[in-house]
Amino acid sequence: MTTLDSSKEIQKNNSEVNETHEDFRMFGLITFLIADGMTFAGFFAAYLTYKAVNPLPDGAIYELELPIPTLNTILLLVSSATFHKAGKALLKDKNSDSQKWLFITAFLGIIFLICQLFEYFHLPFGLTDNLFASTFYALTGFHGLHVTLGTLMILIIAWQSRINGGRLTSQNMFPLEAVELYWHFVDGIWVILFIILYLL
Amino acid sequence: MTISIDPQKTNNESLQPKGWLRYFSFSLDHKVIGIQYLVCGFLFYLIGGTLASAIRIELASPMSDFMPRDVYNQVLTLHGTIMIFLWIVPVVNGAFGNYLIPFYVGARDMAFPRLNAVAFWLIPPSGLMLVASYFVEGAAQAGWTAYPPLSITTPQSGQIIWILSVLLLGGSSIFGGINFIATIIKLRRPGLKLMQLPMYCWAMLGTSLLVVLSTPVLAGTLILLSFDIIANTGFFNPVLGGNVVVYQHLFWFYSHPAVYIMVLPAFGLVSEILPVHARKPLFGYTTMVFSIMGIVVLGLVVWAHHMFTSGTPPWMRLFFTIATAFIAVPTGIKFFNWVATLWGGKISINSAMLFSCGFIINFVFGGITGVALAQVPFDIHVHDTYFVVAHFHYIVYGGTVFIIFSSIYHWFPKVTGKMLNEKLGILHFIITFIGFNLCFAPQHWLGLNGMPRRVAEYDPQFQFVNQISSLGALLMAISTIPFLINVLLSVRNGKDAGDNPWNALTPEWLTSSPPPVENWEGEAPLVEEPYGYGKEISEQK
Repeated sequence: MTTLDSSKEIQKNNSEVNETHEDFRMFGLITFLIADGMTFAGFFAAYLTYKAVNPLPDGAIYELELPIPTLNTILLLVSSATFHKAGKALLKDKNSDSQKWLFITAFLGIIFLICQLFEYFHLPFGLTDNLFASTFYALTGFHGLHVTLGTLMILIIAWQSRINGGRLTSQNMFPLEAVELYWHFVDGIWVILFIILYLL
Repeated sequence: MTISIDPQKTNNESLQPKGWLRYFSFSLDHKVIGIQYLVCGFLFYLIGGTLASAIRIELASPMSDFMPRDVYNQVLTLHGTIMIFLWIVPVVNGAFGNYLIPFYVGARDMAFPRLNAVAFWLIPPSGLMLVASYFVEGAAQAGWTAYPPLSITTPQSGQIIWILSVLLLGGSSIFGGINFIATIIKLRRPGLKLMQLPMYCWAMLGTSLLVVLSTPVLAGTLILLSFDIIANTGFFNPVLGGNVVVYQHLFWFYSHPAVYIMVLPAFGLVSEILPVHARKPLFGYTTMVFSIMGIVVLGLVVWAHHMFTSGTPPWMRLFFTIATAFIAVPTGIKFFNWVATLWGGKISINSAMLFSCGFIINFVFGGITGVALAQVPFDIHVHDTYFVVAHFHYIVYGGTVFIIFSSIYHWFPKVTGKMLNEKLGILHFIITFIGFNLCFAPQHWLGLNGMPRRVAEYDPQFQFVNQISSLGALLMAISTIPFLINVLLSVRNGKDAGDNPWNALTPEWLTSSPPPVENWEGEAPLVEEPYGYGKEISEQK
């Protein structure tokens, strides 16, 4: 019902009351992810418009190879599953199992980023070569930024789920649930991006 | 899952500064943050107003003699950006929203107090950065719309600082929006139903939805624009194969809803003020709620009416004309509801009421020109002329800024415990109202006769009308003086207001003035009828 915050001066009669309220941090996170998704929606809309109305000049190179991004798609989908496993394990108070699954998830995220960089270095076009190249790097780069942040957060919660002294327990699941939702969101965006950018 | 609040943890009050110093601290109290937003916004309003005066001085004569043409472009860019992103949006959302929404939902603070403080403290640095960019290599010159290719070809440092600053302000706005949605949906006092909320809550819910859905698109667009400027990509640069119209679509996808982000909260505030000073229930509560949500939905699908001259295909023109005309329906419903609220009421003629009535008059004018501008043939005729300038100043100044002043007169007693001086308030209203109409009404004529906007020089035949307009601007500048004197004197020496000087029924008046830190001594009151005026006292409970 209310938020009493640690750094505020409190009226006497209120500080006696031990009030509780529903946890709406997840609600706030979902709202934020909707906003974040709109940024991607803007990028996708711009890319599709360019594709429809701005023909590339003759001789512009815009081929994409499929193997690496397909591998990346599989990596992210598997990492979503391993993250889910981590949550299940923590719920059963198996902190070390949970930590193991989190490290596997972070590892998959890092492999994804390495593959992405490998693809960047072997593409036949650079950022400013043509409009397709620019949108390609902007879209995958912005998504890659999300994966980087996600991987860092996974490493942090993996550290926090350690058995002795870790903050993450089956009573305090929120950090894990929040990062998990964010990670699924980033995976979902990748799937859309993969379809629009590589398959269409 | 529930969170319990440990009373031990909440008791380290020595960490927080007391008195006026807390307004300069990272305070988590929603009331302090609201006042921070208001005062910070007002300071930027003074800067933006000075810039507006500079524009009107320049336009008093047909030649560019007061300042060089590129400085004129910088001044109009800064004026637009400051007024929108640093005055109206933060004040009408952040200031009043933060101050009032927790009271209205019966909470002790916003849902995320820390996020709230972060959202405020993003504003002063980005605002100062924007103002300081003038002294670097010249401020941005491409107008508040920053259309490419102009924004790519003008000096880069100013434009990049502009982009950074708008990105930060957009981030602040999104954090605020998330906070308002969570507070209104999740933090309501038990027993308080959605349809019992004061109208401002609904307005802020609609506004916050628009903020959350559209601001990120602007952020993405500006990131692409900065790539064009710094990294020489060609997203919006036709020379490199890019497409300027894509920028316009993405930009207006935010910036048309931005108009509603500026004006919907004002709709909410006027719906609070009118019933109190007319002693009547708000007419048509349910239709008000549905019109707000209708405006939110329609507001997201009308953006291309800003682009009728951008080579828009006929089907697009048709769709966006019709969608825009439809917005007049919910807006008209709200307008009739306000008039019906006043009708037969026991009206007190005080400063708050006068500014609200001024709002209604100005807003009808702006609304009518808005419907006219939605029609393609007319729009093509007056596109980018002073008619457009007159139209949107009638909406954002005649509409929103009038309501900001009205709200200050209405809630000042609650915030400070002192009344504002009514004589000075009425003087403020008269000068503002005459000055505003003198300044902007003639600009309709200028636009219809073809005077383009955003140009420092104009055809000498327009000089007389421009001078009338500049005279109006002078009055508007003068009108700030009685207001400032009034506020500065009343904060110290004003008449004591008591807890509820207006005998209002909305929850913020049911606590002391100024309210205690956690808003209420004991439990929050349950207000089921925030507009139950004119009933027997026994019925009101």
